[in-house]
Amino acid sequence: MESGKTKIISVLVENKPGVLHSIANLFRRRNFNIESITVGATQQQDIARMTITVNADEKTLDQVVKQVAKQIDVLKVEELESGNFVMREIALIKVEVTDSKTRSDVINFVKVFRSRIIDISPDSLTVEITGGPDKINAFLNLMKTFGVLELARTGITALARGAKSIKIDD
Amino acid sequence: MPKMSGAQALLESLERQNVDTIFGILGGAILPVYDALYDNKKIRHILARHEQCAAHEAEGYARASGRVGVCMATSGPGATNLVTGIANAYMDSSPIIALTGQIPTCGVNSSYMIGRDAFQEADILGITTAITKYNYQPQTVLEIPQMVTNAFHIATTGRPGPVLIDLPKNVQTNIAEVEFTDKHNIRSYRLPQPPDLTKISQAAELLATAERPMLLVGGGVILADASNEIVKMSDLLMAPVATTFMGKGAFPESHPLSLGCIGMHGNPAANRIIGEADVLLAIGTRLSDRATTNLDTFAEGAKKIQIDIDAAEINKNVEVDLAIISDAKVSMEMLLTAISEKLKKGKGKAWTTRVKEVKEQLSPMLKEAPRGMTPKALLSELRKLLPASGIITTEVGQNQMWSALYMQSLQPRTFISSGGLGTMGFGFPAAIGAKVARPDSIVVDIAGDGSFIMSEQELACSVTEDIPVIVMVLNNSVLGMVAQWQRTLYSRRYKAINLGKSPDFVKLAEAYGAQGIRVASIDEFKKAIKTAMTSKVTTVIDVPIGSETDVVPFVPPGCGLPEQRGDY
Ligand SMILES: Cc1ncc(C[n+]2csc(CCOP(=O)(O)OP(=O)(O)O)c2C)c(N)n1
Repeated sequence: MESGKTKIISVLVENKPGVLHSIANLFRRRNFNIESITVGATQQQDIARMTITVNADEKTLDQVVKQVAKQIDVLKVEELESGNFVMREIALIKVEVTDSKTRSDVINFVKVFRSRIIDISPDSLTVEITGGPDKINAFLNLMKTFGVLELARTGITALARGAKSIKIDD
Repeated sequence: MPKMSGAQALLESLERQNVDTIFGILGGAILPVYDALYDNKKIRHILARHEQCAAHEAEGYARASGRVGVCMATSGPGATNLVTGIANAYMDSSPIIALTGQIPTCGVNSSYMIGRDAFQEADILGITTAITKYNYQPQTVLEIPQMVTNAFHIATTGRPGPVLIDLPKNVQTNIAEVEFTDKHNIRSYRLPQPPDLTKISQAAELLATAERPMLLVGGGVILADASNEIVKMSDLLMAPVATTFMGKGAFPESHPLSLGCIGMHGNPAANRIIGEADVLLAIGTRLSDRATTNLDTFAEGAKKIQIDIDAAEINKNVEVDLAIISDAKVSMEMLLTAISEKLKKGKGKAWTTRVKEVKEQLSPMLKEAPRGMTPKALLSELRKLLPASGIITTEVGQNQMWSALYMQSLQPRTFISSGGLGTMGFGFPAAIGAKVARPDSIVVDIAGDGSFIMSEQELACSVTEDIPVIVMVLNNSVLGMVAQWQRTLYSRRYKAINLGKSPDFVKLAEAYGAQGIRVASIDEFKKAIKTAMTSKVTTVIDVPIGSETDVVPFVPPGCGLPEQRGDY
């Protein structure tokens, strides 16, 4: 899948035990490449949304969408078309700051990237940054020059643009 | 509303689905269901001797009858023993329901609870996620009726497949006021809409104007009960019909336009003609590697139309020009009407002449049978003796490929074999299940010695439960198929293929109370089959054959279908 590109699919599933397992299992079994998967609530309590980022060429993506759609607990699958959706990811980055010069540098970058400092200790700063993966990667690369002690990324979550919404009837 | 235990609610729900048979083996965690069976008059329980075979028996039952097969096992090892059987049903899209006992979700002893690694605990939901169409575990008695209704709906509709219901012991014993329902309610499970009319019309146009149309029929046609439509379509278009291995029986192989099976060990006539077709209609087949052998050259010259109920099968293996996502019967009926309107009379002559010529030239059945106890001679004789409704099951290996090549199937659901998973040991229990489903049919398992040993203990089941079937062991004293590969692809570096002369299959049969017959000639074989067909007890016929007999011809790995090799 070298020629593949990163694609995002948005999946509405029944919010019940075992669903995440069966989707994750499907990806492993079919040899599909997941870059990230996020799961969370929707406006309907009994439905969850999975946002799956996959690295795939067109043919593989077609299979991914069809195989996911075939899962019994899946209500809807949608490939988010490029440019026609909004997406965000959160990263928490703990940066090593041993002197005041580094500290002020980091704080400056945080301002430029419109991120936030959410924890401070004598030797570290923890930054929360929200955005698309490109922005996060750019910021992360800068932070690496200071020394990243720990990193946690949520993976991408996304929605199609516009007023259109999917409502699943009972 | 009646008050009852979860176990009783389960049995009542199964009865409402017209279940008349369960193949199973009991154990601690499923005892409440067996206790409820003690009072049950409608459901017959057949004691298998290994849970894997219970699952194969359920599948044989399902495939012979078109109904759902049910198997049952206890928790832990009982459940894990089912796994191969469930995987087999999944690969071959067979509707079976597997019921497993499970450790309680809670109880007096908090160490005997799901998640505590209790005695005979296994996460069978986790284990079977990849090999079931769906699996369930009720948390309360009240959930059981709806769950069973939904499970049967899932198993039998769309592309059929196995569904497992894992029953925690406390849910089996708890008492509740239970309400039954025959209505399924799975909002997230959608079946295909009626086929797209423009696509039907495009397909009809392609087929009606084709000069060399061909049909390729898979197991989906048997599942959809669309064999008649295939015959009509072939007659209408004067199109030859090949089946995949799983489709064997979907089109009568005695029909002048039948080409037999395509594939690695397929009929050379089918493998040749598919390369000459200009329009190929593939129905109910996933176009697997064994059927196509080489994707780049598969039906190279043909525009390809694929009909399948499972959208995920479209373009999964073979890229097609036109796809119709639909039940095979529904779309074939629509196509028949659409084509009759478009078809010009008086075409097809040159093509049918060509088909006839290739068949005469290549079809192994039209070549003279060699003398002696060759697989071809034996199976041709078996065909003559067995009524058209007789059911064949096979094991895996050479026996299976010879059966595909030489044992003509005349009706759907009369050829039952492990196509997708290739499970040695499938044929015999499947034969038992088929016989239970269709007691009036004669059922013959065409076996290899290696495979039969894998399920031989079910002789005890067939004898004690009075399920007489015939096992014909093509006994070459080797694991023949892998021996053939070592012979042809590994320069005769034979390793681990010798089975020796053990066991003595006649004595083995007799030890179980079955009948054992060894034959030394074709005449003796014919006599043995006749004896077995009227026998009230299972008969094992030991048929010694040469240990270096090849399945020929065959398509070497990586080659295209017409590149078959080997004299035959
Ligand atoms: C459960 C299982 N184990 C191993 C194999 C690999 N395998 C395929 S064919 C074959 C030999 C089968 O021997 P036998 O049943 O004697 O049949 P024959 O080929 O001789 O007709 C083996 C070992 C398999 N298909 N299934």
